[in-house]
Amino acid sequence: MSAWRVGLRRFGRHRGGMAGGVIAALFVATALLAPWLAPHDPEAMQLGVSLASPSRAHPFGTDSLGRDVLSQTIYGARVSLTIGFVSVGLALLGGVPLGALSGYAGGWLDRVAMRGVDVLVSFPTILLAIIVITIFGPGLVNAMIAIGIAQIPLYARLVRGAVLRVKALDYVAAARAVGSRDGRILWQHVLPNCLAPVLVQSTLFFATAILSAAYLGFLGLGAQPPTPEWGTMLSKARDFLRVAPHVSVFPGLTIMLTVLGLNLLGDGLRDVLDPRAGPA
Amino acid sequence: MLRLCLTRCLAGIPALLLVTVLVFTVVRLIPGDPARILAGDFATEQAVAELRQRWQLDRPLPVQYAAYVAGLARGDLGRSTATSLPVTGELGERFLRTLLLAGAAILVATGVGVTLGILSATHRASLLDFAATALALAGVSTPIFWSGLILILLFSVELPWLPAGGTGSFAHLILPAVSLGLFGAGVIARQTRSSMLETLGEDFVRTARAKGLTERLVVYKHALKNALIPVVTVLADQFGRMLGGAILTETVFSWPGMGRYLIEAIAMRDYPVIQGIILVFATSFLAVNLLLDISYALLDPRVQPE
Repeated sequence: MSAWRVGLRRFGRHRGGMAGGVIAALFVATALLAPWLAPHDPEAMQLGVSLASPSRAHPFGTDSLGRDVLSQTIYGARVSLTIGFVSVGLALLGGVPLGALSGYAGGWLDRVAMRGVDVLVSFPTILLAIIVITIFGPGLVNAMIAIGIAQIPLYARLVRGAVLRVKALDYVAAARAVGSRDGRILWQHVLPNCLAPVLVQSTLFFATAILSAAYLGFLGLGAQPPTPEWGTMLSKARDFLRVAPHVSVFPGLTIMLTVLGLNLLGDGLRDVLDPRAGPA
Repeated sequence: MLRLCLTRCLAGIPALLLVTVLVFTVVRLIPGDPARILAGDFATEQAVAELRQRWQLDRPLPVQYAAYVAGLARGDLGRSTATSLPVTGELGERFLRTLLLAGAAILVATGVGVTLGILSATHRASLLDFAATALALAGVSTPIFWSGLILILLFSVELPWLPAGGTGSFAHLILPAVSLGLFGAGVIARQTRSSMLETLGEDFVRTARAKGLTERLVVYKHALKNALIPVVTVLADQFGRMLGGAILTETVFSWPGMGRYLIEAIAMRDYPVIQGIILVFATSFLAVNLLLDISYALLDPRVQPE
């Protein structure tokens, strides 16, 4: 446990990581407190003030249906937070067992599985997600599932690598020598020591998931209006780019800041927890 | 050398087969009769029956797969349900346009990235160094489509210099290529910087300096060549990401390439076209990785063929 405490102290001195942590905390707080933070109902339409420029009443302006862009952006944090947790959860659920078994068992099964994973990892997440969407059809829930599935190969490879590294350590040999069974060794001894790279990857992937969901939303394949998903908001705002650029600017800036924060946090965590990995 | 290329190409065959299995499976995973799915929503019973016969869709899966691969070998990707034209013909020109866009983008990314990387390695902790790091972070965090929208806003709406969309001239290519290229430039800059710093610390660089060569010669002639080897890896990876990113950039700039076609095909449930595009995309990624493997071995003699 003390290794974690040492890590925490080192993280406190990591400027980028701390900045990312603050942004990520703001993001989570915005998502949780959305009903209290939003000045207006995000779905309330006021056709009299459609596409209004930023003002005191509407700091981010209003969209084509006269909805308050700030309130939509704030509620959008809820959607994105959900996307992040669901996608990361799915990727963990699929990738960790696959990678752990493949790495622990070894042999031809491992070789075949990893050859396939290598091919899939070389595809961008967005393409894999679109392939899955082709099967399930568009929508927010399907987008989350698609992004999660698209990330399984990456997790499998990561966990396999970590398992292979830990498996070769002396204490695993010791556990085997005292007669522990494979399942017990894997769960009790190997996997807990693979936690650090998985945590780092999950933070970085949280950012990828939000970004990919915004891409799918923008392409009309993800969340559908009136769900205030940031990419979905932008796909509509784009039609009014010339007359009302603010509707495109603010949600885009919000995505960028959120993803930047999560990336900084992930990089910081990696520097602190997993120094061998180095910048990818 | 020829042997190296051949072995790498042969090693790529299982991956290519895996891709065909993947594409083949996608349509079979959609609930419903594959013949009806591939024939489209408005097909006549006769058309469905013809398709079922032609692709052996009433036979067991392995037979279907064999028919599919045999079709691929003839360059037959089926017909678009929207236009009834062969998918192969529809894809050709669009693929070239996507390749042009991604190629121009990788040029932008490499030009900006390598320059910035060298400068920030030779001017450590300067403003430039900071800018390169900031660009790298912004590059991985900015939504690809949003940087496109902002560029349109700046250089097409505010300053009416460049067209906001379409194709046909060099001017049409500039904004999409810059928008797609900038987000890769940061990553390339960061990689160039770190491998340049590493190379500058090596013995042969010290020797070159000790001989009394000018700093310019040391950096650009001796160090750069070696420092660029790891950059090639990133370059190939970025090219792949740009092919994927093109799906978004093409949508923003109404660039009539393969990515925009994919989105249109999904909206129209034009499955033969979707299959064809996924296949072409996937094969392109494999090809990029293959080229990477080979060029890596060419650049670095220490990498031996397995």
